[in-house]
Amino acid sequence: MNDLEAMRFRDPVRARALADALTQLVRGAARPPERPLAVMHVCGSHEQAIARFGLRATFPEGLDVIMGPGCPVCVTDVPEVDEAVALARQGVRIATYGDMLRVPGTSQSLADARAAGATVDVVYSVTQAVELARTIDEELVFFASGFETTAVATAAVILAGPPANFSILSAHKYIPPVMEIVAEMPGTRVEGFLAAGHAATITGWGVFTPFVARHRVPVVVAGFEPLDVLAGLVRLVELIVDGDARVDNAYPRCVDEHGNRAAQAMLWQVFEPMGGRWRGIAHVPNGNLRLRDAHARWDARRRFKIDLAALWDHAPPALVQHCQCGDIMAGISSPHACSLFGTACTPDAPVGACMVSTEGTCRIWHQYGGRPDLRPRAAGAKP
Amino acid sequence: MIEIEDGVATVDFFGVKRRVRLDVVDAPVAPGDYVLNHVGFAIRRIPAEEIADTLALYDELLRSASDDLLGNDVRGELDATEVPR
Repeated sequence: MNDLEAMRFRDPVRARALADALTQLVRGAARPPERPLAVMHVCGSHEQAIARFGLRATFPEGLDVIMGPGCPVCVTDVPEVDEAVALARQGVRIATYGDMLRVPGTSQSLADARAAGATVDVVYSVTQAVELARTIDEELVFFASGFETTAVATAAVILAGPPANFSILSAHKYIPPVMEIVAEMPGTRVEGFLAAGHAATITGWGVFTPFVARHRVPVVVAGFEPLDVLAGLVRLVELIVDGDARVDNAYPRCVDEHGNRAAQAMLWQVFEPMGGRWRGIAHVPNGNLRLRDAHARWDARRRFKIDLAALWDHAPPALVQHCQCGDIMAGISSPHACSLFGTACTPDAPVGACMVSTEGTCRIWHQYGGRPDLRPRAAGAKP
Repeated sequence: MIEIEDGVATVDFFGVKRRVRLDVVDAPVAPGDYVLNHVGFAIRRIPAEEIADTLALYDELLRSASDDLLGNDVRGELDATEVPR
């Protein structure tokens, strides 16, 4: 009881009720210890809330809550980083979100390229990149990462008509297709998905209906506040226990079935889905967002000849071979199972992308003491 | 939101003035409304009944320890360079 109250929930009574309901549901499922109920969330904000508010300390035994590929920076593939690094080294000015700077490519990150003399600007918003382009004569490439919620912003600036020296190197990714990949992975334990509320604000919960019909696993849309996460988990475990494969919306105050149609129209007017690799995971059919032919003039891949081969003369650091980011994002491993976690791989010297981004599983677990359920921290103790 | 001009809102976020584009917001908005900002774009108008709770959450995060990731995301919003006019 004290754990929850100390967790600074604004509504500890409700938190307790939800945690109790979760425990009873999981006990009722009476799973053997070697086969716990396993659910996956696909959202860095969910993992941040789970870690920050010590939610794992309240999860009953017999329930595994796994973070899937919900960190857009983490799933940006090595060749995509290489393209940005190659452009930077060719003398093209690059602007990107801060998290992208240190994501490792084959031999260099953008931060490495910058240290070697390339011009790389960190921007908070794609709008800021456009404004920067307006103040300079040289070419500016915006290296665009993020899921559909962020891709909508990129689409909006393209539709608004950026300056001629501006172009996009898209590493945007689309979440629903990667859930198919995870659901189809041989040996996957995932029996239900907690979907990200903010992405569903754009797409609507209806976007998951075909997925549920195909794979017969429930999906629950949940918000990122601690009570929202708990409520979403309760609903998801209920559906699993009842064998009721459907989409449920545990975040009705933000999400409806159809989402933000104007935003979707902009997104699909500018981008089309195409297959591509997600770092460490797999080739994901329709998982990448590329600029449609009608907007080819803003596509850096079509504007520049990108010389990737120049990067391949350098062998990647040996440590990278041991990085388990891919297995961690696929839900078949955890940071604790990685020999590099917290020793050879830290936020100050990251080996894998999951330790770089503030939305990465390894970074989040490391930040909260290397364990995701630190009760003393959750109790409000100062570090 | 303090004012709107040409599809761009000037907003106040805990005392910091920022500009947020309204291209993709889901509902008509007016000064006095609260919006959810994602990378400089309003993606949702926050309904009146949620405003107090939402502000309380951010308030708590802003008082959090310096290594708190959620808190740092919010502080990052405050620190981010204002979009130039």
